[in-house]
Amino acid sequence: MSSQPPAGRTRLAPTITSWGSLWRRKLPLGALVTYAVSVVLGVALWWLVSLRYSDYFLPSPLTTFEAGRELASDGTLGASIVASAQRILIGWALGVLVGVPVGLLMGQVLLIRRALDPYIQFFRFIPPIAFVTLAIIWFGVGEASKVVLIFYTTVFIIVISTTAGVLAVEESRLRAAASLGAGPTRTLLSVILPSTMPYVVTGSRLAMGNSFLTVVSAEIVAAEQGLGALIWTSRNYGRTDWVFVGIVVLGLMGFVFDRAIRFSVVRLFGRYAVKV
Amino acid sequence: MTAGSASSGGAVSLRRVRVTFDGTDAVADASVDIAPGEFVCLLGPSGCGKSTLLNVVAGFVAVTDGEALVDGQPVRGPDVSRGMVFQSSDALFPWLRVSENIAFGPRMRRVPKGRRDEIVARYVDLVGLAHAADRFPPQLSGGMKQRVQIARVLANEPSVVLMDEPFGALDAQTREVMQREVERIWQETHPTILFVTHDIDEAVLLADRVLTMTAGPSGRIKSEYRIELPRPRDETSEEAIELHRALRNDIAVEVSKTLRTQERMAG
Repeated sequence: MSSQPPAGRTRLAPTITSWGSLWRRKLPLGALVTYAVSVVLGVALWWLVSLRYSDYFLPSPLTTFEAGRELASDGTLGASIVASAQRILIGWALGVLVGVPVGLLMGQVLLIRRALDPYIQFFRFIPPIAFVTLAIIWFGVGEASKVVLIFYTTVFIIVISTTAGVLAVEESRLRAAASLGAGPTRTLLSVILPSTMPYVVTGSRLAMGNSFLTVVSAEIVAAEQGLGALIWTSRNYGRTDWVFVGIVVLGLMGFVFDRAIRFSVVRLFGRYAVKV
Repeated sequence: MTAGSASSGGAVSLRRVRVTFDGTDAVADASVDIAPGEFVCLLGPSGCGKSTLLNVVAGFVAVTDGEALVDGQPVRGPDVSRGMVFQSSDALFPWLRVSENIAFGPRMRRVPKGRRDEIVARYVDLVGLAHAADRFPPQLSGGMKQRVQIARVLANEPSVVLMDEPFGALDAQTREVMQREVERIWQETHPTILFVTHDIDEAVLLADRVLTMTAGPSGRIKSEYRIELPRPRDETSEEAIELHRALRNDIAVEVSKTLRTQERMAG
């Protein structure tokens, strides 16, 4: 029947009269306890396993933490985080800004869909790492090449999910809009775009994950700074503990970014039936 | 037309309308004249083309042959003068509050904000949703959602209101309440209503005139019943029961034809 993600109507108590009260729903204490226990157990397991091996082979949590402090104290860690985060955010944001309108047009205009589809289907199977060398030749070793690669990895996911969202808009909703007096442009902006929001958000979250993959491979090939560069340089010095710092920080950063997206999406787009 | 005035009904004429989808006639040859302000029910088995006829009047579907006229003008695409209430509440805009859903039509017509608020206040009241104006559709019951759809259509003051099995997805009790509501709202605003249903009681309760259709494909208008019982009607009255029986017999023939066709296609 409805191909849109369900609007969650069954979970809404009838007394709730604004989305605001939904947004401010607190995380239950039980869930927080579960998270905490799970993380503590995971770190404990890591520590237990690390007891059996040398710090070079598998640094313990404590060694990693010390290495992290060492890297943080001389500013390397902070600079790496800022460099990677900046590239990711710029490239990803550009990808979303370009991908959503292109996806809307592809979903709405058959001619555009047919014209662009071969390119979308061709390029989306070529991983960004295949383009790292070309990106450096064309855009230099500076920021531009990394941002372009992250844009590249983002834009196809956004286009495809937005197009799918447009195609899934209920026919009756479009007909209602037309007979209520909305022309093509206003239908696109006032009806189709809002209906598509759950798809755009899902695409954006997936694209964020891909951006992390891409930034590390780009920085490994050519970068002075960034978490990928940090991991690669540490390898050259035989500092497995620094490698671990880079890996842990990447994971934490991804977690924080996804939380930030979910937090802001629920606040900004909750009414568009976006559930995360 | 202004927000304060009742909208007046439009005259609908279908002249030898044929609609073909992929080489098959959904509607073969349908002709009917509907007077301004008349409440007409289209009754028939599923697949008979009654919704297609409604979509023709709405301008969602083009005729293959023949003509669809509203107030003498041929229908060319959707228009604010012809509003549609859909069976599915997916037709609502779930990200807009009830009041914003109702204001959508006036907003698209660039009615200034102040006037829009007056219109919303009037129609939210007319459908009995003043207390829920700030809610979002997913927070409403099925009956309330259909009230929003009705108010949203009426806010544009259409001369023709098309209703495509609007209460088909509601439970029996809610449906009864909504039927009374539609009758009251029609009496207050008096648009022409073309109402598609497969519920015989619903047609007997509401219609000035019931048109039955033959089984599809190639559906056509089969018979016509003028109902002059006083309103509000009692479906347990003798006359209503008699009408129900006549309509049922009329339609039973078509339903069994539909079933035979389906069996033949399945076999």
